[in-house]
Amino acid sequence: MQDKVILQMRDIEKRFPGVLALSGVDFTLRKGEIHALMGENGAGKSTLIKVLTGVYQMDDGEITVDGEKVAIRSPQDAQNKGISTVYQEITLCPNLTVAENMFIGRGNGVLVKQKDYEKKADEILGRLGIPARSRQQLGSCSLAVQQMVAIARAVDMNCKVLILDEPTSSLDDKEVNLLFELMRNLKSRGVGIIFVTHFLEQVYEVSDRITVLRNGELVGEYLTEELPQVELVAKMMGKELDELNSLGESEEKKMENGEVFYEAESLSSSDALPFSFNIHKGEVNGFTGLLGSGRSESVRAIFGADKIGGGNVKIKGRPVKITRPIEAMKHGIGYLAEDRKRDGIIAELSVRENIILALQVMNGFFKPISRGESEAFADEYIKALNIKTASRETPIGSLSGGNQQKVILARWLLTHPDYLILDEPTRGIDVGTKLEIQKLVLKLAEEGVSVTFISSEVEEMLRTCSRLIVMRDRHIVGELKGKDLNQKKVMETIAGGEAGNE
Amino acid sequence: MNNKIRSTFKGGLGQLTIPLIAIAILFLFNLIRDPGFFSIEITYNNDGNAVLAGNLISVINGASELAVLAMGMTLVTAACGGQDISVGAAAAIAGSAFVKVLKSGSAITGGTVILAFLCACIVAMLFASFNGTLVAVFRIQPMIATLILYTCGRSIAYWINGGATPTVDSPIIRAIGSFIPGVPIPTPVLIVVAVTILFMLIFHFTSLELFTQSVGINGSAARLNGINSTLIKLLSFIILGFCVAVAGIIGVSRLELINHETLLLDVEMDAILAVAIGGNNLGGGKFKIVGSIIGAYVIQILTITLYAMKVSSTDVKAYKAIVIVLLVVIGSPVIKAKFAKLMSQLKSNKQRVSMKGAE
Amino acid sequence: MKRLKALLLTGVLAMSFAFGGCGGDTGAAGTTGSGDSGTTTTTTTTDTGSAGGTIKVGVVNNPPSESGYREANVKDMESVFSKENGYDLKTAYSLKNDEQLQAAQGFITEGVDYLLISAAETTGWDEVLKSAKEAGIKVYLFDRMIDVDESLYEAAVVSDMSAEGKTAVDWLLAQNLPEYKVIHIQGAMGSDAQIGRTGALDEQFASGKMTKVVQQTATWDEAEAKKIVESVINSGEDFNVIYAENDGMAKGAVAALDEHGITHGVDGKVIVMGFDCNKWALRELLAGKWNYDGQCSPFQAQIISDLIQGKTTASSKKIINEEKGFDAKELTQADIDTYGLGE
Repeated sequence: MQDKVILQMRDIEKRFPGVLALSGVDFTLRKGEIHALMGENGAGKSTLIKVLTGVYQMDDGEITVDGEKVAIRSPQDAQNKGISTVYQEITLCPNLTVAENMFIGRGNGVLVKQKDYEKKADEILGRLGIPARSRQQLGSCSLAVQQMVAIARAVDMNCKVLILDEPTSSLDDKEVNLLFELMRNLKSRGVGIIFVTHFLEQVYEVSDRITVLRNGELVGEYLTEELPQVELVAKMMGKELDELNSLGESEEKKMENGEVFYEAESLSSSDALPFSFNIHKGEVNGFTGLLGSGRSESVRAIFGADKIGGGNVKIKGRPVKITRPIEAMKHGIGYLAEDRKRDGIIAELSVRENIILALQVMNGFFKPISRGESEAFADEYIKALNIKTASRETPIGSLSGGNQQKVILARWLLTHPDYLILDEPTRGIDVGTKLEIQKLVLKLAEEGVSVTFISSEVEEMLRTCSRLIVMRDRHIVGELKGKDLNQKKVMETIAGGEAGNE
Repeated sequence: MNNKIRSTFKGGLGQLTIPLIAIAILFLFNLIRDPGFFSIEITYNNDGNAVLAGNLISVINGASELAVLAMGMTLVTAACGGQDISVGAAAAIAGSAFVKVLKSGSAITGGTVILAFLCACIVAMLFASFNGTLVAVFRIQPMIATLILYTCGRSIAYWINGGATPTVDSPIIRAIGSFIPGVPIPTPVLIVVAVTILFMLIFHFTSLELFTQSVGINGSAARLNGINSTLIKLLSFIILGFCVAVAGIIGVSRLELINHETLLLDVEMDAILAVAIGGNNLGGGKFKIVGSIIGAYVIQILTITLYAMKVSSTDVKAYKAIVIVLLVVIGSPVIKAKFAKLMSQLKSNKQRVSMKGAE
Repeated sequence: MKRLKALLLTGVLAMSFAFGGCGGDTGAAGTTGSGDSGTTTTTTTTDTGSAGGTIKVGVVNNPPSESGYREANVKDMESVFSKENGYDLKTAYSLKNDEQLQAAQGFITEGVDYLLISAAETTGWDEVLKSAKEAGIKVYLFDRMIDVDESLYEAAVVSDMSAEGKTAVDWLLAQNLPEYKVIHIQGAMGSDAQIGRTGALDEQFASGKMTKVVQQTATWDEAEAKKIVESVINSGEDFNVIYAENDGMAKGAVAALDEHGITHGVDGKVIVMGFDCNKWALRELLAGKWNYDGQCSPFQAQIISDLIQGKTTASSKKIINEEKGFDAKELTQADIDTYGLGE
């Protein structure tokens, strides 16, 4: 492996209104290496990529390509400087031929003969070992091949740096192998590849080096062979927590002696594989696992949010049927969805209307909450949760993320649920609000409410949950409680290094 | 209730600005053109009743069908993010059914009229449920889904009365279509008031407004909050169906005749425009019924003004289109943003000037 | 905006079903097409076995659903060319020319004696009429002319729209009013009926014998007609004649008069004139509420039957069907029963 650096990013900083998306991030890519860029959601991976490809302009820092300091002003600019990107979704035209796709939009003002570029396309495809013909319609190729054509197009544009953003997420194993072969082929030709993915195994199979980001900051750069999988997970999730503190609290929260409130046996939905689960009255438990491990899909199944496949559900020991959200709500279950914008807020409606929505639905169509009552509810919760809003009639869409989240929380608290599912309630909100929400969860538990808490920050879950259900590849792979509730054990179980099932 | 009305105006003037300004401009224009345009007088109609007459009465009377349809259309627009273009054809069906029932008895009594009204409502609501099912269950674009009834509706109306254009000669029908003896206000205007009150009551005694807006703004979130969005969408169509029946019956009663080919012809365009002029987002979501009603009157004032100016009725549509394009463009987000920018600039300029003055 | 455009397009498509001939004038015309417009329905009223001395007649016509006019026209054909009158009638109804052509060809193959045609379009009939001639089948056209050589048909019994308008205007002149201030409500601009009914009145406006208070099209729409009259009343202008180009629009106009307390009809201030002679409109005449109703006659069957049976002979190839005009003072219930359209 040559150690010649082709791309160097130093001290990159990028701000968005109210958020510091990247701060002091370094990234170095060498010639002929596959470099994995890792981090959980919101770690700053995509922001870094977008800075590199000219979609965003950095606020501070320096980029050098081939030792030359450059300013990248637009994606076109990036391409001209030899930085190409192939995105997760194919951005080519399926109804054009492979050759057309490879050369489209690259007119140099000179008319190119169809035969000429078809010949050239075949040559490149052959050289890279891509199983496609130049005159084939792109749509008739498999997804993997389409992706490869996109790569071939990028490579032919004289790229030195190739960015592959989640290229494998829609491919099957065989296709992934094909893609890896192509990546190795390109590597041997001296192309530097930045590989963004969520799949740990793939990182270890193909990459030479790993850079980990967390919360917009650089955690470190490591040689793949020197970084065990467990440590990688730990680095991605962060572990600078006060373990004593967590232990002390977990002492208090052991109150699993209450009756079982909810119980599911091989429950499945259109999106979740069968799983079994229960929660006691006043218990706080959590689902953990990497993104895509199936943790959200499982809790959605509990709430009836997706089409239910099968399984038996009992509430307080009595068998019930929950196939739609309204049925779950009638049984005292509330669900704060993972994607606040898509599944939570009704953006144009007021804070007041957003707060009363779930209660109103439960009250029924013909028993509207009166204006006065709803104003009282809104005022009560705006005060109780310290929601910062101009007035109760302000559209929720104009509030900050944290305050929007509090409004949605208020919505569910107002229904006085027996069991509350909170999927990533703290994502994308400021630290102060995060702590408020965690405290609120513990307070609810004291009052006898069962809570399932999901967060991509493990320390948060360790602080609040008395039991952690660990998922990997859409299966439950472990259940941790008591003294097993520590960062190390969680990491091991997630990574599957020591088969942490007891 | 009082509180609600106040809040309607407090929170909603922003949305109602455009239609209210439009009305004001049209008023002003007419006052300058012909100061007598708005004179209202009391005359005696051919039945010997004292009744109000004048252009203003013609406007609020003539816009009745449109106003009723615009109310229903607003709901469908809000819930489904699209419009029902079959309302004219459906009104022809409802009107035909109304006349069919009226003519089936030997004499037209109050009882037969009520029966006929109920039948017309049921028929219109059934057809509306058909539209609603296509939209809510099969997720077809509203305009595409209702294109079916738009195309075949008047043929169905034709079958109901066997292609004839039967007349209904009855004092009761005349009372519905023009004046109730002793009441100087045209009955269609009273019907609009009644339907408006009905909507207010529905909004007051059910959660329709909140649920409809939720479904229209964020269907996914509404579903996860337990709202049955299919049912809400279907319901919006059924309510529109009721409005269609009422509008159809007003139209029939006005002329005491059903002509399935011309009854409320092209009204769907005007109804959609009324919703748009009223400041409602045609893509669904938040809505104000009041806005749509005002929108209906804006369209009608425009028509009556053009007629009073003896603009050829073939040209009226073109002029209407020009004014409406202006209104819709002025109400568009782009212009609104530009305008807001201009205003803030003016404000800061003013501040600078006054600061200078202070120096 | 895309949606609006699509909507407009659809609207235009629906409108473009406009057609000529009397059929288009009633306002009840099936402009958007009705269910059976797409298919040709062929029916036979007698079984072919008993066809001894009967005359076989094939009628190609537009469907009765097209308009009130067509409905009367079809009924007239069926009642005149009945079994009792010694005919074996076969009919085919379609709004589409090519389907009509096929049906005509079918009748020729079947071997009818006479072929009666009211064509959807004026062109494309040469071949069929030639083959009819070769087969010795005599062809009569009714209601609508066809663009072919005169030798290919025996006679054409058609309406003359301008004559219809002239009859009405002549009647109006005969009323000897001291002055004529006319509200003229037109049908859909460009339709044959509108052109015919407008022409005679325009001449009077031009000569100055009559004053045009307003001339507006209401496109056969009753409600629109009401609005037009209402706007004249609101403006305070004086008028004493309403000339509406169909019954529906006359009715709309009268509704406006009634609401504003303006008397009309035989003893009223305003003369009301309509067209089409719907039964309900004639009843208004009989009650003295209207003054005049003109008609583009849908009754051609008897004339053709007489020609076939040799009772009369055609003086020329083009026979103008007599247009009726009814004066409220002379109208009888019997007239309504005979000439009224619809129920």
